[in-house]
Amino acid sequence: MADQYDVIVLGSGPGGYVAAIRCAQLGLKTAIVERENLGGICLNWGCIPTKALLRSAEVLHNMKHAAAYGLAADNIRADLDAVVKRSRGVAKQLNQGVTHLMKKNKIAVHMGTGVLKGAGKLEVTGEKGSETLSAKHIIVATGARARDLPFAPADGKRVWTYRHAMVPQELPSKLLVIGSGAIGIEFASFYNDMGSEVTVVEMMDRIVPVEDADVSAFLEKALVKQGMTILTGAGVEKIEVGPAGVKAAIKGKDGKVVSGDFSHVIVAVGIVPNTENIGLEALGIKAERGIIAIDDYGRTNVPGVWAIGDVTPGPWLAHKASHEGVIAAESIARELGNKEVHPHAMDRRNIPGCTYCHPQVASVGLTEAKAREAGYTVKAGTFPFIGNGKAIALGEPEGFVKTVFDAKTGELLGAHMVGAEVTELIQGYVVGKTLETTEAELMATVFPHPTLSEMMHESVLAAYGRALHI
Amino acid sequence: MPIEIKMPALSPTMEEGTLAKWLVKEGDTVSSGDIMAEIETDKATMEFEAVDEGMIVSISVPEGTEGVKVGTVIAVLAGEGEDASAKPAAKASAAKPAAATAPVAVAAAAPAAAPVVAPVAKGDRVIASPLAKRIAEQKGVDLKAVKGSGPGGRIVKADVEAAQPGAAPAAAPAGPVAAAQVPDFGIPYEAEKLNNVRKTIARRLTEAKQTIPHIYLTVDVRLDALLKLRGEINKALEHDGVKLSVNDLLIKALAKALIRVPKCNVSFAGNELRKYSRADISVAVAAPSGLITPIITDAAAKGVAQISTEMKALADKAREGNLMPHEYQGGTASLSNLGMFGIKQFDAVINPPQAMIMAVGAGEQRPYVVDGALSVASVMSATGSFDHRAIDGADGAQLMQAFKDLIENPLGLVA
Repeated sequence: MADQYDVIVLGSGPGGYVAAIRCAQLGLKTAIVERENLGGICLNWGCIPTKALLRSAEVLHNMKHAAAYGLAADNIRADLDAVVKRSRGVAKQLNQGVTHLMKKNKIAVHMGTGVLKGAGKLEVTGEKGSETLSAKHIIVATGARARDLPFAPADGKRVWTYRHAMVPQELPSKLLVIGSGAIGIEFASFYNDMGSEVTVVEMMDRIVPVEDADVSAFLEKALVKQGMTILTGAGVEKIEVGPAGVKAAIKGKDGKVVSGDFSHVIVAVGIVPNTENIGLEALGIKAERGIIAIDDYGRTNVPGVWAIGDVTPGPWLAHKASHEGVIAAESIARELGNKEVHPHAMDRRNIPGCTYCHPQVASVGLTEAKAREAGYTVKAGTFPFIGNGKAIALGEPEGFVKTVFDAKTGELLGAHMVGAEVTELIQGYVVGKTLETTEAELMATVFPHPTLSEMMHESVLAAYGRALHI
Repeated sequence: MPIEIKMPALSPTMEEGTLAKWLVKEGDTVSSGDIMAEIETDKATMEFEAVDEGMIVSISVPEGTEGVKVGTVIAVLAGEGEDASAKPAAKASAAKPAAATAPVAVAAAAPAAAPVVAPVAKGDRVIASPLAKRIAEQKGVDLKAVKGSGPGGRIVKADVEAAQPGAAPAAAPAGPVAAAQVPDFGIPYEAEKLNNVRKTIARRLTEAKQTIPHIYLTVDVRLDALLKLRGEINKALEHDGVKLSVNDLLIKALAKALIRVPKCNVSFAGNELRKYSRADISVAVAAPSGLITPIITDAAAKGVAQISTEMKALADKAREGNLMPHEYQGGTASLSNLGMFGIKQFDAVINPPQAMIMAVGAGEQRPYVVDGALSVASVMSATGSFDHRAIDGADGAQLMQAFKDLIENPLGLVA
């Protein structure tokens, strides 16, 4: 019997639904299987709704600082329910957008839980019972979920994961955030702005540990200034959940364990890939600690089975998943005989990362320390927001832009930013890196005035001892 | 209006050169065709001719200056009756110099000579990322020989890095020369500054020996038939002023052998093998400034008399340092002959990006076994050096066999 589909995509997050669209664009008969919401975590429970929450927090912050801009606002308060409602509305709008995109691209949507049943076979169990779909290729894009602390499983009441933190019924009076990666720091920043008393505990010796050390140091100072308590090199040993709150035993840098009382806890200590119970083991698909091994195009060790996004090695970011989805789709089309498509291998050095705390953090490529570790002779330049006219006009004079170059070849190895709107700026460097820029092209680029982007220019100039405005 | 005279690009790849000598001085009047200066590139010294008439107002680059970038203003010329002190207008400098002055040697070779940037023939543009270009420059990799793996065949960093996987960074242009540390033992010596030709030889030969795995194959070749044929041809063409040398016939023999064994008429280009459909023979000539290899293009298709005439002209030019870039850049294989010095046999270094070079020794009377009986014959030894990455031993051996066969049965060379 002929296969029903050329491709079935299992999971409709930003990896899966983008892969499905690209498959359809390339003329492949495509189906997508989703157990919950089209769009996956990203736009239902992740990236997008949190940005909506953080936008509310930002507006609140600005209102509270209205006087600094010569404006007056009285009786400023936040309506938590309305803030959450707006966030859910944004998610819903985008979820409908994905539904529309599937329809437009004539992608068959099968709602239900999918399990691989041998080569090219996928059993989908939904509300209306089970059906077995067949396809030449299957893309696994089932994503990931929050990792639980063994001694403090999330209950949604006092102990939250990101998912609970996104739809709070009440504002935590005293919040403990465990983990200072992007998710932990974003919620810490949101609740701090909303008025909670926030404590962040990070095991590593600095917050946002994947970022450049200068960025971590700057952000910690900024957050502490905003009233946050930050404990680095510290770990939560024990949590006791009581009716009125949570008692946490926190082991500090000095090795002493202190007890603290909190109203709520957010656990943000990483993610676990959703690779159990989907039939991977029976097919003999290679994985390590649940993370599926793939080549640069998304192929697993089993022909016809592909994997993209959070089920594969990191970074675990939506845009990385989408990009892998496109590469896998194009690679499949090519295997099916389309010689017009030329998929490119995933280059992990050029995947940017953005954290939407206040101030924002954005980066791409190697940190200065990582570059030195890798054996490069480094030229690094930093330019502060205080030296930029637009930043001062915006009332956002805090932050910096740092660039890291290979002194020998002039290759842009990395860029690291902290400050207002840097998440929108980083892309300039990502384009440059993808085009394999050296310092010369960046220096020769005209940056518009007055913009924050001028700092990107100055940072490059600074790396070569030529900064103009400092 | 005063005209800026700029450092000319004397070859497609020239980026800088040495202003070896000024033949005019400030205040001199020049007219079209006058030789103003001698400019030394990495391969040759060329005369730089005036195209316009006028007076040399100023000379901004003194003679002996090395590393003068192409496009640098080296002098200013004022037209008749013009205010000699007037500064050249910016407009003129941008538009005019290309037309105003052009080295006579290059005028024909590089029609699009825009002195500001090293001109590249149309369709010859190398598409490469900025980083790939810079690394190629640092490593001394010729981007034209690199296959791009980026979008639309664009050459990216990884391609350049793979182009010479084993190459140490020390093989960079300045490497072998600058890095050579020679201790001073107090022996009296005179230090002679290296000219550009010597620097290029040092760089390219180091690169060749370090990156090309050489394999050497030697054959003995009987010359009697060839010498006899040469005598007859020379006698027959005496009135036409043709006097073939043995070397002229060897050029032809090598070219024909390469056409017969095309597996040896190749270049190893990183990701690909270039198989040439024409045999262009670079012939080593000892010039006063150093070794140079003028080229007989498509030698297999040329008559031996034509090869002889061309070779004479090229060798004269080479000795005078007057070769034009297209006359010594390229070639698909080389021929080196040290027979005139009585050298019996030697192994030559491949001239990259070529994949083979034929080294021939002296033709001499040797005891030789013919049909089971010892007799005396004119014999020479020839050794082919092959790039073993591109050419297998058996294929190289086939070429040597074809070369030998063509010389021993030389009517094939004139047929």
